[in-house]
Amino acid sequence: MSDIVAVHNLGMKYHSLNGEIDALKNVNFTVKKGEFICIVGPSGCGKSTLLSLLAGLLKPTEGEVYIKGKKVSGASLDVGYMFQKDHLFEWRTIHRNVLIGPEIRRTLTDETKEYVLNLLKTYGLYEFKDKYPSQLSGGMRQRAALIRTIATKPDILLLDEAFSALDYQTRLAVNDDIYSIIKKENKTAILVTHDIAESISMADRVFVFSKRPGTIKNIYEIKLSCPQRTPLCSRDAPEFRYYFNKIWKELDVHV
Amino acid sequence: MSDMDKNISPEHKLFLLKVKRQKIAVNTARIAILVALIILWEVLAQFRMIDSFITSSPSRIVRTLVNLYREGTLFRHILVTCSETVIGFLLGTLLGTLIAVILWSSSFLARVFEPYLVVLNSLPKVALGPIFIVWAGAGPVSIIMMALAISLIVTIMEVLNGFLGVDRDKIKLMEAFGANRFQTFAKVVLPSTRPVIMNALKINVGLSWVGVIMGEFLVSKAGIGYLIVYGGQVFKLDLVMASVIILGIAATLMYHGVLFLERILFRNS
Ligand SMILES: Nc1ncnc2c1ncn2[C@@H]1O[C@H](COP(=O)(O)OP(=O)(O)OP(=O)(O)O)[C@@H](O)[C@H]1O
Ligand SMILES: [Mg+2]
Repeated sequence: MSDIVAVHNLGMKYHSLNGEIDALKNVNFTVKKGEFICIVGPSGCGKSTLLSLLAGLLKPTEGEVYIKGKKVSGASLDVGYMFQKDHLFEWRTIHRNVLIGPEIRRTLTDETKEYVLNLLKTYGLYEFKDKYPSQLSGGMRQRAALIRTIATKPDILLLDEAFSALDYQTRLAVNDDIYSIIKKENKTAILVTHDIAESISMADRVFVFSKRPGTIKNIYEIKLSCPQRTPLCSRDAPEFRYYFNKIWKELDVHV
Repeated sequence: MSDMDKNISPEHKLFLLKVKRQKIAVNTARIAILVALIILWEVLAQFRMIDSFITSSPSRIVRTLVNLYREGTLFRHILVTCSETVIGFLLGTLLGTLIAVILWSSSFLARVFEPYLVVLNSLPKVALGPIFIVWAGAGPVSIIMMALAISLIVTIMEVLNGFLGVDRDKIKLMEAFGANRFQTFAKVVLPSTRPVIMNALKINVGLSWVGVIMGEFLVSKAGIGYLIVYGGQVFKLDLVMASVIILGIAATLMYHGVLFLERILFRNS
């Protein structure tokens, strides 16, 4: 069992007075430990829903999710969630922000505190630990949000358009930054994005979703010949355009 | 600060000077208008161009205030009204916030009580005055109930809307960490609603004054509202004017008290 995530026949329907919405249907995949998965798909095809299901924040109406071989029911302690906005709390210092997870789980031991301080040191936020979020740049804020997410030592990171709120330049830098942290900390990551280039530059595999009800249309294994696999270098790889065109056609965007 | 001063360019110095001059000009104009009005009022009254029996005059107001002070009743009246207002204000804010918390924690209750809130909100509260008098007697309790009636519903609606307006993703983030509803409330919803609550507080001070003066009009035997009504009934406009001025000063002071409280409580946000 090297599959850290396994999804079987997953389906999700939302019910409302206006009728029911088939958000996801028949989704099957597995993710290996340490893999970086990107999910692309049309707007409203159920990508955020899928992440909520993986995190155990929603109950699927069909099928099941296994994390580390255990069926998910209720908020899973093995996953960490990151959103488009960093959602750092303005009324807390950076230090107290990144400690919020352990605080909620009541695991705020000396060991955790030490671990979090080390993360802050390693990733260059130690000098800013007593500052408030508004005193940090967008890139640093996103890095703080990532440290907050890994402070509870999750094995799997779910990133829902985590870079979309940043301007293009910052975004490229933050891509590299976050990617290297995720790799260094040895985490498995699932990133939802609208940006095809971003998905290719970061992913080991890209899942392309169909229109609603969302299901996996195709999976691309990204094999790039570049000296180091960092998002920025990946963009220069000769195969990059090939994947880009394939996925672009697959997404079948009409204006 | 001091080494910033050294680095200021001449242009910036000029700009700062201009801002400062403008500020002085504004303040001077403000004071000048006040002084001019008072002098005009007094002169018109002295030369009998207006009937100071109806309009009173600054000197007569001062005399009335001095008399009230000599009789020893001035501060009693102020104290009565201020304490009613403070109690009404605190009760309105605390109860309102508490009820908002309960309605936030149960969407069932929130839905059940929504029409009641809407009706109570649109009802002119002064119509409830006679009911309060029958229930609580013609005393301070009815007056405080009046103040509460005016501020409570608004507080509930304001604060509840603030609670419900908290970003869904922030709550999802907490859920992903495994937070229960109480933790979510204490660590995210309440702190991020602090500006809304602060605003409700500021509105409540004003509303409490309205409620208390209205209550005193209806029932009281003491207080600034009582002085105003009494002065009107016996045609002592000096007393009415003097009371209104006291009221203006007291209400302003209390409003600044709340601003001060805000600064102390939320220094780092
Ligand atoms: N709580 C809900 N109740 C009812 N319908 C919902 C709910 N949440 C999402 N939906 C619907 O389910 C579908 C999938 O939503 P979801 O947010 O998962 O899509 P998405 O792929 O993340 O979209 P986007 O790319 O815009 O972020 C949408 O049509 C949405 O309207
Ligand atoms: Mg989404």
